[in-house]
Amino acid sequence: MGSGNSPCASCKLLRRRCAKDCIFAPYFPSDDPQKFAIVHKVFGASNVSKMLQELPIHQRADAVSSLVYEANARVRDPVYGCVGAISYLQNQVSELQMQLAVAQAEILCIQMQHEPSVAAAIPNPQQIMEFQEQNNNNNELTHHHHHHHQYLNFAASSSNVIHDSLSRETLFGHDMVS
Amino acid sequence: MISGRCAACKNQRRKCPSDCIFSPYFPANDPQKFACVHKIYGGSNVGRMLQGIPTYLREQAANALYLEAKWRIDDPVYGSVGIISSLYEQVQNAEIELAKIQAQIAFYKLQTQHVEAEPNSEVLQSQSITMEQFESDNPTITSWFN
Repeated sequence: MGSGNSPCASCKLLRRRCAKDCIFAPYFPSDDPQKFAIVHKVFGASNVSKMLQELPIHQRADAVSSLVYEANARVRDPVYGCVGAISYLQNQVSELQMQLAVAQAEILCIQMQHEPSVAAAIPNPQQIMEFQEQNNNNNELTHHHHHHHQYLNFAASSSNVIHDSLSRETLFGHDMVS
Repeated sequence: MISGRCAACKNQRRKCPSDCIFSPYFPANDPQKFACVHKIYGGSNVGRMLQGIPTYLREQAANALYLEAKWRIDDPVYGSVGIISSLYEQVQNAEIELAKIQAQIAFYKLQTQHVEAEPNSEVLQSQSITMEQFESDNPTITSWFN
């Protein structure tokens, strides 16, 4: 809304007057028409307006960024959208946790071998892994406030979409506009 | 059954035609599912999106739209992007943890090799393979410790 009375991208697309208190204007400048076009295509302008109105002003910029990200994901993958990326990442986390459990079991074994006094009591790697599994239920990797293991119960059994730009810069540094 | 309408047509208070695009994926017994996608995407938008997808993929698409709508309702600021962000962070943390432990395993194996190679005369030398030695031999891996 820097340039006086020129309408923001939303009002340009919707062909309406861009009021001084236009809810879209701070987030959809006229020099980036694609940004609003894609959000309008996936969510619809009135839904975006509703969502923004229900949020305090200081949270609206992040909300717009994430909506733009989701809209782009949905356009790139009309079937799975963001769910494809979530499915892929969940698989990665499970895979890494498994590798971690194996590595932790192995290092326990090795450390015990370095202590001859406890060599007699060395559990086998299988026992160590079971012990680790019990412990892992309490450690930070599995207990995140999102309880990620419960995200996907039925959707996208084969995550056939791998999103290539999942870096933090892409997520929040600048908006993804295709 | 008096009314065979799907959840979408019930919600929109209209007749549910036999070729209704919503009815296979938004059954009447799960009104929540359509209510969520209607709130975030709008009913006609969902219908339009589904129509652009081959029939055999529509169920997956409807379910994915429902999940994203649900996550957006739960977290109105970040929606599913918040979940992606936290999962990505978990992946990074797990990779770092794994690299640390694998470096430790390599260190211990190196120690063992030195002991085994020359068991008699080189026992004293094996004890001099310290973490400092290991770190100078493997600067890239051990930089993760710091």
